[in-house]
Amino acid sequence: MQATEPTDPSAPGSVTASARPTLEIENLKTHFLLRRGILRAVDGFSCSLNAGETLGIVGESGCGKSMTALSVLRLVPSPPGEIVGGAIRFEGRDLLALSETEMRKIRGNNISMIFQEPMTSLNPVVTIGRQISETISLHQGLRTREALHKTVEMLRLVRISEPERRLSEYPHQMSGGMRQRVMIAMALSCNPQVLLADEPTTALDVTIQAQILALMAELQERLGTAIVLITHDMGVIAEHADRVAVMYAGRKVEEAPVEEIFANPMHPYTQGLLQSIPRLDLSRAQDGGRRRLSEIAGTVPPLDRLPSGCTFSPRCAFATDICRKEYPPLESKSPGHHATCWHSDKVRSINP
Amino acid sequence: MSATATSVTGPAPLLEVRQLKKHYPIRQALTSRVSGKIYAVDGISFEIRRGETLGLVGESGCGKSTAGKTVLRLMEPTGGTIRLDGRDITHLRRAELRPLRREMQMIFQDPFSSLNPRMTAGQIVAEPLAVHDIARGAQRLELVAALFRRVGLRPEQMAEFPHAFSGGQRQRIGIARALAVQPKLIVGDEPVSALDVSIQAQVINLMVDLQEEYGLAYLFIAHDLAVVQHIAHRIAVMYLGRIVELADKRSLFSRPLHPYTEALLSAVPIPDPKARRIGRAILAGDVPSPINPPQGCHFHTRCPYATERCRAESPELRELQPGHFVSCHRH
Repeated sequence: MQATEPTDPSAPGSVTASARPTLEIENLKTHFLLRRGILRAVDGFSCSLNAGETLGIVGESGCGKSMTALSVLRLVPSPPGEIVGGAIRFEGRDLLALSETEMRKIRGNNISMIFQEPMTSLNPVVTIGRQISETISLHQGLRTREALHKTVEMLRLVRISEPERRLSEYPHQMSGGMRQRVMIAMALSCNPQVLLADEPTTALDVTIQAQILALMAELQERLGTAIVLITHDMGVIAEHADRVAVMYAGRKVEEAPVEEIFANPMHPYTQGLLQSIPRLDLSRAQDGGRRRLSEIAGTVPPLDRLPSGCTFSPRCAFATDICRKEYPPLESKSPGHHATCWHSDKVRSINP
Repeated sequence: MSATATSVTGPAPLLEVRQLKKHYPIRQALTSRVSGKIYAVDGISFEIRRGETLGLVGESGCGKSTAGKTVLRLMEPTGGTIRLDGRDITHLRRAELRPLRREMQMIFQDPFSSLNPRMTAGQIVAEPLAVHDIARGAQRLELVAALFRRVGLRPEQMAEFPHAFSGGQRQRIGIARALAVQPKLIVGDEPVSALDVSIQAQVINLMVDLQEEYGLAYLFIAHDLAVVQHIAHRIAVMYLGRIVELADKRSLFSRPLHPYTEALLSAVPIPDPKARRIGRAILAGDVPSPINPPQGCHFHTRCPYATERCRAESPELRELQPGHFVSCHRH
């Protein structure tokens, strides 16, 4: 890493917002056109992200968080998936207008992605060394020997012991934590400005998770990478995100700075989510008794059978007639805090 | 081997496990010659009282799932004893074991692969009733309907196939099936790990309610410490096939004595941005392979306090304070 300085002079270590956000998503709509109807996997998602910043995206399985990340890289399986509307801008360039050839230069080079299950994203029959060095020589035009040299450097950076020996190993010879580190090394090998991390530590044990997240934070500080951190773990969000977007059934229902969203959720779904997690920190002080966890009643509706009006209304304790009729607009509730809820004042009033 | 996690007073425990071992032979591909052993469970002892939940935690590969299956005799133990209600079940034959299966049931992690896709939900829940010849005809149907209602499903859903249910609902079917024969002990192997957070809370609450209602004992196996901390009364921490610490949850969380427990607790991210921890102790390295576990204390390769003695001599599980067991040379 020391050998190649990032090209963007404003990037390293800077957390201040430059004039232009690194990544901007505007009203993104990614739909799946199936015979039984249209699945609106992402239905009007917007966000923006500055260099050095981490945006956390949370939500339950199927809420559209992974599809949002895949849309940014234009990797949505198509057909049946299609980005039917909106804009995605990387440093001001509209990614949706690029040709596939131009897009290929962006992927892995400027924007790269880490997936949940490293075993499915690493090629099982290609050595670790070749997988990473090919990425490097492809994007940075290095010769094989230089690329291998850089690969060793990257493996050392993600704290893989004896990196030279690992070059000739295959993914199955490594542990889950090590494979995830290999994928991070590969994702960061070209100093991307944006890193999309989709449940990067969900398949890992907590002690390994702590290692990987600490490593990502360290690399972000050094390289000024903008990170989109997709997870369902509110603990990971609390410790690593600067801002949080909460998704429900394909839409962003709330967005706020991390401290604000934990202290003052204004969407009943966010509030319910925060109250339903067992807390190691709180109950430690309590007696040995088991407090009931609060539940969010019901389940997430299937995307092809969404209720009318606010999609959360059937599970919501605050729901009234207007909620069942009309989807609430995304409104600014306080500086930097947006939510889609007709009754956010009431929701806010019962925050502890 | 004096290491037994026994309390001296109180009635006989429902489940008593002593020095339980499960080793797998490693066979060579062509010759089937045994070339080594995997020490999946390597001499663990614990007990579970009636109506109590013992949480069994540890990272992947520590042997916690194998321990759960071996306790139920779904796997043959290599050594040690298992007593259920005072009766030694370690060497019972299949036919002798069958009536005892009513007493102990299991709930699995993956509600997608643990239910037969060709059976209706009602048939799945009724199956153990048929196996143990409990109730017949209309009476059995009524029993199944009551179970459905009890776990929060509608009796109309008995006719539907598993694919029509969401993950949380499938886990409810699994719980109803386990409950059908009125067991005394349920082993849950990561029963809520595959569920979304809001659904997780529903299933945890259901399990707690059922325990209070029926006096069930749970062996709750999980990697999520916050979940285990919520549901368990006592917790055993496993590392590479051995229990390194066992205590009631309050003393385990307020005064962890084993360095591994300490590291595990400090690695859990806290869902409160104001509590962001600076400079937490991050455990280095990976869990060693259970094929060639390190000599001495299994944890010494990652332990910040390891000394010569730890590398040479394996510490025994000892009761340091009443009910608080730990295996570490530092104590």
